[in-house]
Amino acid sequence: MISLSRWFRAPAELVMLLLFYLPLAMVFGYSFLTRGAYGGASRPVTVEAYGRVFDLLYLRIVFRSISIATASTAICLVAAFPLAFYIARFARAKTLLINLVTLPFWTSFLIRTYAWMFLLRDTGLINVVLQRIGLISKPLPLLFNDGAVILGLVYGYLPFMVLPIYATLEKLDPALLDAAEDLGATPWVAAWKVAVPLAKPGIIAGSILVFIPCLGAYLTPDLMGGGKTVMLGNLVQNQFTAARDWPFGAAISLVFMGAVFVVMRLLRNYAEDSL
Amino acid sequence: MVLGVFSFNASRIANWNGFTLDWYLQVFGDSLLWEGTLNSLIIATATTAIATALGTLAAYSLWKTKAPVLTTSLYLSLVTPEVLTGVSLLLLFQLLFRLIHLRLGMHTVILAHVSFSLVYVVLVVLSRLRQFDRDLEDAALDLGGTPWQTFWHVTLPLLVPGILAAALLCFTVSFDDYVITSLVAGIDSQTLPMLIYAMARKGVSPEVNALSVLITVVLGALILAADRIEQRSSAKLKA
Repeated sequence: MISLSRWFRAPAELVMLLLFYLPLAMVFGYSFLTRGAYGGASRPVTVEAYGRVFDLLYLRIVFRSISIATASTAICLVAAFPLAFYIARFARAKTLLINLVTLPFWTSFLIRTYAWMFLLRDTGLINVVLQRIGLISKPLPLLFNDGAVILGLVYGYLPFMVLPIYATLEKLDPALLDAAEDLGATPWVAAWKVAVPLAKPGIIAGSILVFIPCLGAYLTPDLMGGGKTVMLGNLVQNQFTAARDWPFGAAISLVFMGAVFVVMRLLRNYAEDSL
Repeated sequence: MVLGVFSFNASRIANWNGFTLDWYLQVFGDSLLWEGTLNSLIIATATTAIATALGTLAAYSLWKTKAPVLTTSLYLSLVTPEVLTGVSLLLLFQLLFRLIHLRLGMHTVILAHVSFSLVYVVLVVLSRLRQFDRDLEDAALDLGGTPWQTFWHVTLPLLVPGILAAALLCFTVSFDDYVITSLVAGIDSQTLPMLIYAMARKGVSPEVNALSVLITVVLGALILAADRIEQRSSAKLKA
């Protein structure tokens, strides 16, 4: 007698199997093939694509992706924690505030990115205003560089960092912080030494949810970086469209996923050790 | 918080260099945009219908019993970069093309969207279920109901606001998606984000500004409506 739960799960499991795992398996398969004449892939079976992944040219892209993603995650963390802490501890209209934080998430990501482009361009709002009031004489190059990409990523993924941290902090017993303050700590120190360590699971979850998508981001580097900032996501996408080198794109994707897996494992172990 | 407000301002300010409604008219008159919008609507609706149904069932199942494989799968799909999802699905569709001559089109986009939006539905419904009182279900079972009856008559009706919220999220995520859609769409199934992207690539234009304000307003209204529904039903639950 199969339980109701098993039946209910089945369609979703089927979808995952066919539309998630199967495609990934195909990526795996393709990575061992050779670039086809018209952009597909064909025999011979080879690991040539993997060899090229570790080429110096592409390693630079990997390095840049990692540094941008790390910077974005760090900034997200620094910005999100105080916010989550404030909402969890002090705010009255908690649900409303949390909804406000996630609200941008519900409006179109593309449009939000575009709005940033509009603001930061050489003839964009910020530059025009600054020039009008005389602070600068030439427009600042705010867009189409790594900094803009980081800004875009931080802005886009901040809710992903705020929510897990908030979830953890909300369960925090305020008495712990009060006790710390009673023992003589200032609110700052209490927050730093008590709340932060206890919020570690949330911090790690949030960091994973931000870092990995940032690594593989495509849209933000493309629009905010103006095509000059090539990250891993752009590289893969390029292989499947313009460059028409599917096996190479597949190989990159798999190496990337493998690295992600390893990183996640490490972070999980770290989280469990510290508990 | 600041960012939340900022995001709205950014889109609104985007159209002050003119104070004319001409660009809005141009947006409405652009038939290509209409076609794209229609495509996006169809895709999003179909995706939402399928994903919400499957996701709700899955969430219920996950709430009742542990299923590590499904949970891991869903989490992985959340963490996987969109490029990879899109690319992998493209390869799948290529294979299907060879086998059963399935061309890229709206149906492939819908399949792709269901794949990645399933996890969002599960997340929302599951979190709703966690706030749900198990005793209600136990009571129904004690009174002689089958598990299916319990689900259908007791749990599901109370779950409706959560399901609606999940459906709204699913719709938004599907409507707005660019990366995956661009990889698996056919030539004649342009979606609105694809069109916007093409326009944004060429540079800032007042037409895009007008369009973004419109979309933001519409989506904002939808969210407000959803929130109202949610509040009204939460009040009923507490009463």
